[in-house]
Amino acid sequence: MTRTLPVVNEDEVLFWKGGADGKLHFPQCRQCQYIVHPPAPVCPQCYGRELGETTVSGEGTVATFTINYQPWVPDMQVPFTIAIVALNEQDDLRLMTNIVNIPPEKVEIGMRVSVVFEVCDEDIYLPLFEPMKVSV
Amino acid sequence: MIVGEKMTAITGSAQSAVGRRLGRSGLDLTVEACLAAIADAGLEVKDIDGLSTWPGFAEQPPGFSPVGAPELKEALRLKLNWHAGVSEAPGQFGSIFNAVGAITAGFCRHVLCFRVLTESSSAGKASVMGQGERVDGWSKYMVPFNALSAANWTALFAQKHFDCYGTTREQLAQIAINGRKNAALNPKAIYRDPLSLDEYMESRMISSPLCLYDCDVPVDGATAVIVSHIDAAADLRRPPLRIEAIGSAHNSRYSWFQFDDLATQALRDAAQMMWQRTDLKPADVDVAELYDGFSFICLDWLEQLGFCPVGEGGRFIEGGERIALDGELPLNTNGGHLSAGRTHGFGLLHEACVQLWGEGGARQVGGDPKVAAVSAGGGPLGGCMLVTSD
Repeated sequence: MTRTLPVVNEDEVLFWKGGADGKLHFPQCRQCQYIVHPPAPVCPQCYGRELGETTVSGEGTVATFTINYQPWVPDMQVPFTIAIVALNEQDDLRLMTNIVNIPPEKVEIGMRVSVVFEVCDEDIYLPLFEPMKVSV
Repeated sequence: MIVGEKMTAITGSAQSAVGRRLGRSGLDLTVEACLAAIADAGLEVKDIDGLSTWPGFAEQPPGFSPVGAPELKEALRLKLNWHAGVSEAPGQFGSIFNAVGAITAGFCRHVLCFRVLTESSSAGKASVMGQGERVDGWSKYMVPFNALSAANWTALFAQKHFDCYGTTREQLAQIAINGRKNAALNPKAIYRDPLSLDEYMESRMISSPLCLYDCDVPVDGATAVIVSHIDAAADLRRPPLRIEAIGSAHNSRYSWFQFDDLATQALRDAAQMMWQRTDLKPADVDVAELYDGFSFICLDWLEQLGFCPVGEGGRFIEGGERIALDGELPLNTNGGHLSAGRTHGFGLLHEACVQLWGEGGARQVGGDPKVAAVSAGGGPLGGCMLVTSD
């Protein structure tokens, strides 16, 4: 699908381009371990200025979702699912994203999902989510 | 507690022509509304010593804010002690709150506040985000996922509310149906034909659970109000409408997707602050003009302002009797944004003034209303006021 990509500034390279290794990357406070998103050059919990890097499992839960039916721009393929996914690692670590590899009408709040990256121009890796594979 | 807003009052209010594709410039509409508001207050242009607008001139999205404070100052050659046209504020009423601050600081006595949109004439250049080559700023974590419209962002909150509290589309429909009933009595409203529950339920989905009738209608139009120091308000043309309390708080994440409770929005904090600044209670409110850019936002305001318990909004509006013109809480008496057009909160503020001055005509709320609750904004934007005629 056609997408408008983000301007990626110095603080954000990790998030938008880190997916090249198949993992979600975030800045993390070295002092209190808080994961900072959207990326910022300061920890909003303890105001520490030393931020390291962490990778997360890429697993989370659909906190809420909407099925978009309106083609807002030419060539937009509808319907598709927009969701807010809450990641397992931290209560307030959430992403707005798309749920893919499942028909929109099957998506539910509380559904367990895992990250899958869409590779775009300029090495931007968009984190999308798909239903968790059921383990046997 | 110092409640400075009690020293201010709305002394005049007016609106330009409001409609679809009026074919008039934003400045033309703004001048019409502003001169009318100044005359409404019984003032002259030379009496205006402050000017305030939200969000100020904006090139994008098209028609969103075609006129800023400098253009109007120039057009009317205003002599000003203070002016501001700023977008980063607690919602569309940020211009009013700034005016109150400037007045209570003693910078000025009579502040002209306006909001103008020409989104109808600009339609076709759809008012969605992400139309540039790249997206930057506050929407960059949404637009790449094709969450381009506030309809999408608001739908996420609505779906959460449905899931948490069992709210239904049949219930939410009453915001749209009630607005349409009131619009039938408002000659300036855009959509005046009755809307049935069946029509609502069968209408096209935009972004689930929000359908076409949950989304407001873009218009061309300007609204202006005069905010004055209470000492300068006494001998004017109209009884001043005192600003009893303002809610402008925002205590959680500034984000459409990081707010701590996804079943509500930043307006929660604004509503809470407002009630901390007054002895009045929700039961004292005679008329409510609550932001309905999308129907769900209005439901959220109803709950968070305490007109019903949080989570009970769907059941509160079910059937529509409580929020009808003759109900216990007449709501959006001009038709709201859904039926009277997206004047971005200012149309609702104007309507509150009309009601408190008893000039609502066929849609006038009975019993001589004295207290109005007015709100604007959804998502990270939220601001509200109590305006009283006492």
